[in-house]
This record gives sequence, structure tokens and C-alpha cells, in this order.
Amino acid sequence: MSEDKPDLKVARRDFLSGVGIAGAAAALSPATPAMAQTPAQAKDLPVAPQAAGYTYFKPTEVQFIETLVDHMVPKDELTPSGTDIGIATYIDRALAGSWGKGDRLYMQGPWGKGTPNQGYQLPLTPAALYRAAIAGSNAYCRKTFGQSFERCNAQQKETFLKDLQAGKITFDGGLPGRVFFGVLYENVMEGMFADPIYGGNKDKIAWKMLGFPGVMANNAENVKQYNDGRRFTANPVSIADMS
Amino acid sequence: MATRLPPVDIVIVGMGWTGGILAKELAQTGLKIVALERGAPRSTQNDFSVPLIRDELRYSQRHDLMMDVSADTYSIRNKPSETALPMRRLGSFLPGEGVGGAGAHWNGVTWRWPDHELRIRTKYEERYGKSFVPADMPLQDWGISGPELEPYYDKFEYTAGVSGKAGNIKGQIQKDGNPFEDPRARDYPLPPLVSNHASQLFAKTAKELGYHPYVRPTANASQPYTNPDGMKIGQCQYCGFCERFGCEANAKGSPHITVIPVALRNPNVELRTYTWVTKVLKDSTGKKATGVAYVNVMTGEEMEQPADLVILSAYGLSNVHLMLLSGIGKPYDPETQTGVIGKNYAYQGGANVTLFFEGKSFNPFIATGGWGTSIDDFHTNWNFDRGPHGYVGGAYISVGGSNGRPITYRPVPPGTPQWGSDWKRATAKWYHAALTIAASGAVMPNRYNYLDLDRTYTNRFGQPLMRMTFDFSENEKKINRYAAQVIGDIAKAMNPTQMGQATPRLTWSVVPYQSTHNTGGAVMGTDPATSALNKYLQSWDMPNLFVTGASAFPHNSGYNPTGPVGALAFMMADTIRNKYLKNPGSLI
Repeated sequence: MSEDKPDLKVARRDFLSGVGIAGAAAALSPATPAMAQTPAQAKDLPVAPQAAGYTYFKPTEVQFIETLVDHMVPKDELTPSGTDIGIATYIDRALAGSWGKGDRLYMQGPWGKGTPNQGYQLPLTPAALYRAAIAGSNAYCRKTFGQSFERCNAQQKETFLKDLQAGKITFDGGLPGRVFFGVLYENVMEGMFADPIYGGNKDKIAWKMLGFPGVMANNAENVKQYNDGRRFTANPVSIADMS
Repeated sequence: MATRLPPVDIVIVGMGWTGGILAKELAQTGLKIVALERGAPRSTQNDFSVPLIRDELRYSQRHDLMMDVSADTYSIRNKPSETALPMRRLGSFLPGEGVGGAGAHWNGVTWRWPDHELRIRTKYEERYGKSFVPADMPLQDWGISGPELEPYYDKFEYTAGVSGKAGNIKGQIQKDGNPFEDPRARDYPLPPLVSNHASQLFAKTAKELGYHPYVRPTANASQPYTNPDGMKIGQCQYCGFCERFGCEANAKGSPHITVIPVALRNPNVELRTYTWVTKVLKDSTGKKATGVAYVNVMTGEEMEQPADLVILSAYGLSNVHLMLLSGIGKPYDPETQTGVIGKNYAYQGGANVTLFFEGKSFNPFIATGGWGTSIDDFHTNWNFDRGPHGYVGGAYISVGGSNGRPITYRPVPPGTPQWGSDWKRATAKWYHAALTIAASGAVMPNRYNYLDLDRTYTNRFGQPLMRMTFDFSENEKKINRYAAQVIGDIAKAMNPTQMGQATPRLTWSVVPYQSTHNTGGAVMGTDPATSALNKYLQSWDMPNLFVTGASAFPHNSGYNPTGPVGALAFMMADTIRNKYLKNPGSLI
């Protein structure tokens, strides 16, 4: 078995100078402060990874999102719970940052419902969509199950999410639940599998679960050695590890 | 009031592959050339260094190197009876932006389209009769032949550093190459890439079934390479961050490391970034371009750049958009089937199936952009009889697998839950053990698939968005269904533990990524009544305007477009230097 060591000599200067837009969310991430920040800023940030805190979600939204990511990514033999691996933190930072505020989203009206083939057509930024849809989800759950989402039992949560995904739920005011589910599901997957620098995938746990070696990838030799069905394994390397 | 700049000889709009090729080739004339690029400057060192560039979220999910649709996008609909709505997020296709264009973040697949694609109407009518082509399919010859284009394919392959194995050198069929390709003068500049286990399994079964597998040609360098301009290309490291990313090793043939720096060595070539061209300017006759209008996007200042010769070399869709905004040529009308600008828009079809092999590991993250093994038995093979299938075109079939990036690459067998512990277990179990057989299908023109200006929505400069009307027609549904059947049969013969359903593309949605192979809208041809450009990509209506790009393709093959896009740009440069500049005017 080849245990390839990453080349840790790669200079960090290019990375640090180029974090740019994506770095806006990353800079707030307490999960990897020492790596994400310039040295001057790093010492001012907290280092306790559990004390995440939220910058966009309000308390009821925190309850919803933590409950949701723990339902979708439960603690088991493969990973800690979704909240504990930072998925809720990831989504919070994404919504607080430029993406959540509508970066690279065309926002000119008029607004038509359109066909499914025409894609996203709501006049809401991702952050505004979460705000409206979490309130809508809790209202729906209270009406249907007698309690807000985080108080529902596992079966009720499962029913709610499946109905949301299937387009069976329209929130009060007409917001289509399926559109919210699409964005939510994608964000949960991002929080689980994106580089830990964004606040999720804590300790590269999801990469370890898959056997994805991360950003270290000088495979010109490996491609010849491991092309017979054998598995290549290596400790995953993240952006912070190389910075 | 726009600021009028000192005139230049040639203005080039867009600095990707074709703008770079034109700038490099025309620099040798000594004429004053200005290239305008609406996006940012880009360099490997500053933009594509490790670990910066190995960020799936930033580059793949959030499209950091692509067109920003908050500034300009397209309105889209499947058919004329629908109301077009803006593509509010990128999805289905990903136009590039910035120096190098999509050439900085493509996968690298580089094909030569055969003669029977370029003379498609003639060839199908000869073989199947005039009634074989449906009445609603404006199928057209391109005005050039395979042998005419061959030397320019060669130039592009040697400039970009394509790895591959020739299948036919001067009529001699070569072992392990694609036996169906047209004759070529010489082999690729670099040997084929390493074949991975998934490709080997596919090749073995394909051979047993009587097909002709070969390693696909692609501009990912199998070895270090120096191109004819002396530009260095590094060896591919199979990092699995290719398409949607720039290459830190300079191992992907890209304009920002080849043609563009070569062009910029010449003092008579000037590149202006952050300049957004809004219109081609015309004289009072409307028959002559006088330059272009642009906005300095750093200041908002409006500029006019006079020039004797205007070359549009932006992304194909942007070329068409500029022609529509400038009122060059007659816009196409699907009802009367008159007009040419916006006509014959096409996209990419196909089918795919995923196979699961318990206990095997394909190491999906050890990968590179364009690699893979393909068969052309149902595509470039002209002997494949389309008659019983009743379609024009075909689909090439491959096993490649360009990456194992985990936000998007997590194959699981059908019926797997989408969240929860069972989902996690299946995701972990099958991540290494899956491969996909993909068919890439041709799209023929249809009278109702076209581009025009939107009536409602505008871009950041107040100009109408371009409107795209497209869906797969019966011809494409037949191609894709048959391709699904073929790949399903190959999949079964490969004897996987489990497999999904082979699924053909039957309708176009703007949401999931499918392909950035948007073609047509300003097509080349033999007749000004049915084409915007002549065979040299010169505007019929405005002889001092030339237009590069896949917008010139009268139909779309199953093949990726960059090979002919590059070859046609080299041919255009040759024509401008050796014919047009000696006697400016219509070349035909």
C-alpha cells in the first residue's frame, strides 16, 4: 500500500492572496482559523471548534437546521452528527456570505413561475429563501403534526422531508416547498463534502468516509500502479493542510 | 458620450482559444491589433495555484471562473409557445469569462469531425435519398470538406499538445487508434494518456462485442511538451480537478499558456481586459463595420474603438448575441424560416448508465479531464446504417470519469435512500466501485430551435438578453434512445454487481449540468440565404467582419466542438493573412 505524503512545501502565498469571494465565508469559519487567516488575524479568532455560533440563523432557525442536518446525517459508525461535523455552520456561513445574498444570481423581474426545465425563478436570494421557508416548514409541521419541525418524531420528519422533495408541500403564501428542498439538499451535501475550510466536513470526516484523498493529487505514478482494481488509499489533505 | 479612441487595423473581441489564435497568427502582419476581453486577466501562477485551485465548492459549485449571470444571462424556453424566463443561475452549460475563456477550464477533448459531418446534407441525401431528412430539419453542408480542414486540425493539435493515437495516417489504418477517423497527415504530438481500470474493462467488453475501442484524444499532456511556438506544456498529474478548474501544472492545453502569450510578445498586439463589447459599429451603408463600442467595466466609461477589420471571437452564444444587438444580418424567423442570425442553434444529447462492481476500486479521484476510452461504431463510422433507425447523426460512447470530487460525484445504486445512515453506508460502499458509460449524441438543427433577442429582460447595460428556444426533436430522441439501448447492452455484458437504467436525454432543462457545447446561430455555409458566414467565417453581409467559434456550426455532432473551433480559427487566420488583407472585400 502506498501512503503518499502530501507535498506540504507548496507555498501558501498564492492561496492567501487569492481567497477572494469564497473566502468571505471561510474567513468566519472557526473550524480552521489558523489556516484560513493571515497570521495577524489568526491569533484574534477563537480556536474551539465546537463553539461555532451562528451569523445568519436566528434561534428558531438554528433549531430547525440543526435538527434537519442531524436527521439527514445522523450520528452512526461512519460519522458524527450533521451538526457536529459542521453542516449547520457551513449553511449559516454560506447564507451570511455573498452566495446567500445573491451573488451570481440574476435578479431582474418580472417573475414567472415557469416550467421545471426553466429552473429557479423565485425573487428570493438563498438567505431570504431559507428565512421564509424555515418559517413555512414549522408552520406546516405545526398544522400537520401539531408541533414545529424540531419537535416532530423521526417518522414525521421523514414524511415531511419526502413530501417536501416530492413537491407535495406549498407553504402559506404560495412558496413552493420543492424549490426550497432542492437548495437545502444541495447545501447539506456541500456542508458535508466541501473542503473543511468552509466550516463543514469537520476533520475531513466525509472524505475519510469515502476514501477521497482531498486536494493532494500528484498521481502520475499512482495512475499506473492503481489501474487494476486495487484501492488507492491516503490520508486526505485539505486546503488548510497545504496552506 | 462615448470616448472615441485612435483607430487600429484589427479589433478582436474575446480572448479565449480563437481570439488567441487570431491574435498570434495576425500579429505577424505587423498590423496594429487590439484584443478586448470582458473578464479578468488570468495566469497559472496567480489564479490556478495549489491549494487555491483545488476547491470544489468555489470553482465547481459556485462557478468562480465562469460567466457571471447577474450581469448578463439568457432567457430560455423549450418551445416558441412558452414564455422565456431568464436563466437565473448557471446550470446546463458554463460559458467561460476572462483571459483564456473556457479554454482555461475545459476538459481538453479534441476531435476531428469527419468529412461526412462537414458535407452532411449531401452525404445523407446521396445515401438515403432526399426524403430522409425531415422537412423541419434545416440540415446544411458547411461549405468545406474534411481534407480542406485537415492541415488546420494538425496546427491546433500541435499547438494545444493533444495526447492520442492516430487511427488513420494517410489512409493506413493504425492499430489501437480510431479506425473510423478521416485520414490524417501524421500522428498526435503526444502518446495517449494512461488507461484506467474502468476504461480497460470497457475496452475489453467492447472489443468482445465487435466494436473498436480506442483511447480518446485530449489536450491533457501525457508527457512534457514544447509546442511549435516554443511554449512549454507540463505533464498531466491526473489530479481530478480539470474541467471547471485551471491547471496548476500547465498540463492542459490552454490559450493563456500558449497562443495568448505568444501573441502578446508582439508590440503591435495590445490586450485590454475588463472591456465589455456592446456593439459592432457600422457605417451609413450598413455593409461595413467601423469598429466596436465597449464599456470599461472598471469605470463604466463608454468607448469606441475604430478598426478596419472586426473579429468576433467570444463564446459562440456571445458572438450571436453581438450580431443581433448590432443589427448585422437578418434575424431568423422560425415561422417564415427566413433570416439567418440565430438560426440552427443546437446543443448536445446523449444517454448514460452507471455500473457498480462490488469489491473493485476504480479510484475515481485519480483522473484527468478528457481521458477515457471511446467507440465510434455508432457515430463517426459512416458504414453504420442509420436507415433502419431513421435518424441523422449518432452518438459516440465512452468510459472516462474525469473526477471523484465528492460534492457531486457520489454514485449509488437505484433505490438507495438520499439521506440517513443507509445513504451514508451506500455512498461509502460504492464511491470507489462505480463507473459510468456515457453516450454523447449529435443534435441536428430544427426550425424551432433558435436564438433571438428577448423582449423583456435586459443585461447590466440595459441591452436585451438573448433568448434561447430549444428542445430535443424527434431525431435526437431517436439517437438518444438507441444510444441508451447500446450502452445498456454493453453494461450488461460487463457483468456488474448492479446497474442503473440506461437513461436517454429526452428534454432540455437548464438546471443540471449537461454540456457547454452550444452550437449554431451564426452558421457558415454556401448560401447567404441560409447562412450568416461563408466558408472562411466571413460575414456575407459585412465583409470586414469575421466570426469564429462553434456559433458557426450548422449542426452539432456527438463530438466535442473544440477541435473544429480551433481548426477553423487557424483557417480563418490563414485566409485573412493570405487572401483578405491583400484584397479586402468579400472572399466569395
